[in-house]
Amino acid sequence: MAPGLQEYVLGGGEENRGATLRDALASAFSIVADPGSTGVRRLTWLDTFDWRLYRAGLVLAHEQARRAGRLLLTASDGSLVAEQPAPAAQPRRPCLELPAGPVWDRIAALVRPRALLPMARAVSTVSVIRLLNADGKTVARLVTDAARVTGDTCEADLPVRVAIAEVRGYPGQARRAARLLSDAPGVSPAAESAFAAALQALRRRPGGYSGGVDAEITASMPAPVAVASLLLRLLDTMEQNIDGVLRDIDTEFLHDLRVSVRRTRSAIKLLGDVLPAGLADQYAAEFKWLGDLTTPTRDLDVYLLGFDAMAASLVAAKPADLEPFRAFLVRRRAREVRRLSAALRSPRFRTVTEHWRKALVEVRDARTPRKTKNSPNHPPTAADLAASRTERAHRRIVAQGRAIDQNSAPESLHDLRKRGKELRYLLEFFAPLHDPVAYRKAVSDLKQLQDVLGEFQDSEVQRDEIHALADAIMAERAAPAATLLAMGELAAQLAVGQAEARADFSRRFATFASPAGLQRFNTLLGQGDR
Amino acid sequence: MKIYATYNIKGGVGKTTAAVNLAYLSAADGARTLLWDLDPQGAASFLFRIKPRVKGGGQALIRGTKTLDGAIKGTDFDCLDLLPADFTYRNMDLLLGKKGTHPEPTHRIAHLLQPMAAEYDTVFLDCPPSISLVSENVLHATDILVVPLIPTTLSVRTLDQLTDFVAGFDGRRPQVRAFFSMVDGRKRLHRDITADLRAQRSDVAQTAIPALSLIERMSIERAPVTAFAPRSQAARAYQSLWDELRPAPAP
Repeated sequence: MAPGLQEYVLGGGEENRGATLRDALASAFSIVADPGSTGVRRLTWLDTFDWRLYRAGLVLAHEQARRAGRLLLTASDGSLVAEQPAPAAQPRRPCLELPAGPVWDRIAALVRPRALLPMARAVSTVSVIRLLNADGKTVARLVTDAARVTGDTCEADLPVRVAIAEVRGYPGQARRAARLLSDAPGVSPAAESAFAAALQALRRRPGGYSGGVDAEITASMPAPVAVASLLLRLLDTMEQNIDGVLRDIDTEFLHDLRVSVRRTRSAIKLLGDVLPAGLADQYAAEFKWLGDLTTPTRDLDVYLLGFDAMAASLVAAKPADLEPFRAFLVRRRAREVRRLSAALRSPRFRTVTEHWRKALVEVRDARTPRKTKNSPNHPPTAADLAASRTERAHRRIVAQGRAIDQNSAPESLHDLRKRGKELRYLLEFFAPLHDPVAYRKAVSDLKQLQDVLGEFQDSEVQRDEIHALADAIMAERAAPAATLLAMGELAAQLAVGQAEARADFSRRFATFASPAGLQRFNTLLGQGDR
Repeated sequence: MKIYATYNIKGGVGKTTAAVNLAYLSAADGARTLLWDLDPQGAASFLFRIKPRVKGGGQALIRGTKTLDGAIKGTDFDCLDLLPADFTYRNMDLLLGKKGTHPEPTHRIAHLLQPMAAEYDTVFLDCPPSISLVSENVLHATDILVVPLIPTTLSVRTLDQLTDFVAGFDGRRPQVRAFFSMVDGRKRLHRDITADLRAQRSDVAQTAIPALSLIERMSIERAPVTAFAPRSQAARAYQSLWDELRPAPAP
């Protein structure tokens, strides 16, 4: 359906549709079919795996034509945002970039580094009916669209949609046709976009994936049930990303997999004691194994994603000097992806996830609360657990942070970063139990502190890795001296960045642990233990 | 944006039929095309079944109180819009000649058309038959002046006068492209004049539009002959003329 047009849905069988339209409009217009305009339209709707366009209220479609295609970006109300020419062939594979043009300019920052995936396809028979005034002049057009949509696993026919296309200079006539159609039996205004209708027909839920925790927990839920629910949610996220990692569609699949593993490890460490005895200890090692598996590839992804910015920041060396380094990283990444894929296809991985799910489902669905080490008779509620563990984690980070001064070893900041992550995860796990305003304020404070700790540690890790990679490049004789010199400049820049982060730490921590900052956390916890 | 104008001092020589058919063919090529019916008689507007009326009249357009954009109507054909005629255009000379407004009186139509470049690839101006401030404005606004000639000695003289007039312009000058219109192949005089002038002047198109009743039928069908009878001799002749006049495709 052409963008920006008012749309209706036609009921009834194929044989009645023409009569429905004629009956609705004959009092005001002569109606003439335009057989020359009838044709087949092929659309492919695209979005990222995590529905970034959908969440931003945008719909992206590729329209196939005989000689050329075009990309149409519309708002959710159907109004055209941008369009650009595109290759004629329907997009079938994920793509990381669209050809340059107004559509890509509008969405590039939104979707990067995610790939655009074909979400659904439609093949439509499109017909045009002209509405004529008393002079026989076309003053509006009706465009009918009978589509069959196809997803990954099923097909479905959509209800026929009718759009009123305004002829320039005759807006009143289009409005008149709209009024008549609105009042006609068997015609109803389209409540959703064709894309939304296609997804519904294919039983797909737009926005169905999110990298967030979003576990369905309530304050009064027994703590073991709440913990099992959120661990199951994290396991879902892991499993949803496996295919994307194996197919190496984009780097965010691995990122989301890794984050969900890290969250799982933190949950096991901080909350695992409410689970049946031995379960947490048994799986802590398995998820460490899984987390460690993802590290080399993710580290290389981080380098490659930031490579252009890194190269542009060189002062003494030329960006081109780093190209052999990039090629080295790409080769190394390919090797690491193979290793990771083999592990994710291994029986060990399958066993871990299957058994973990089974054990968690048992806990979640248990009718009577289980006895635990800490509460042999009455296990705490989710709210009790959230309050006690968040409070403890917060107290710990404040105490550790206050003990850090200018002479403290870097390891003390690294350790504080871990505590920060643990507190952040606890806040995210129990987000549904907190007051949203107090939650946002507390997370914002913590994020400021985490950013500076992250900058400090990442700079050090990356610098160490550059040295290790330089050794590897030397050993393989994979690059000239100019590349190594450029890498040296990068390492120097990272050292400067780390020193700046260290200098910034005191100020950020002072804000986090200030009376106002502590009050914000107290407010959160006071409301969190409802 | 390429601006064409169909112009001749004489009336009834095929200006409007040429403008309507060439604009249709331009749009059929996929070029976003606007036809401005500058003739208060409104023949081009009539042929597209559009009422010859502009809100506020020519005065509002020339003074700029209404934009051209707001007066444009879509025709029944893809990519082809029309700026209708209005009976007030009969006073356009007075409106254009009014002192104290920017730019100078001979360049006001060119100035009005400038913003259209974002929306249209090709503009056709269908001019009223006269020598006036309107026609002078059109000559200054135009890239290609399409001059229909009926095959008489007098019309040849008219072409000479027009070419000399345009040659006297300072700066930008339109390219003059004449073609023979309403040619009756049975008349020896028509055959001789068309052959002689085409041989003598490179600015005369090789295509001639024959005098055919099907072209006159446009006023009954109220559509370009190139649209309602695309395989007719008349339509083929306009297509051939457009092939000579249209801009060469970009390399």
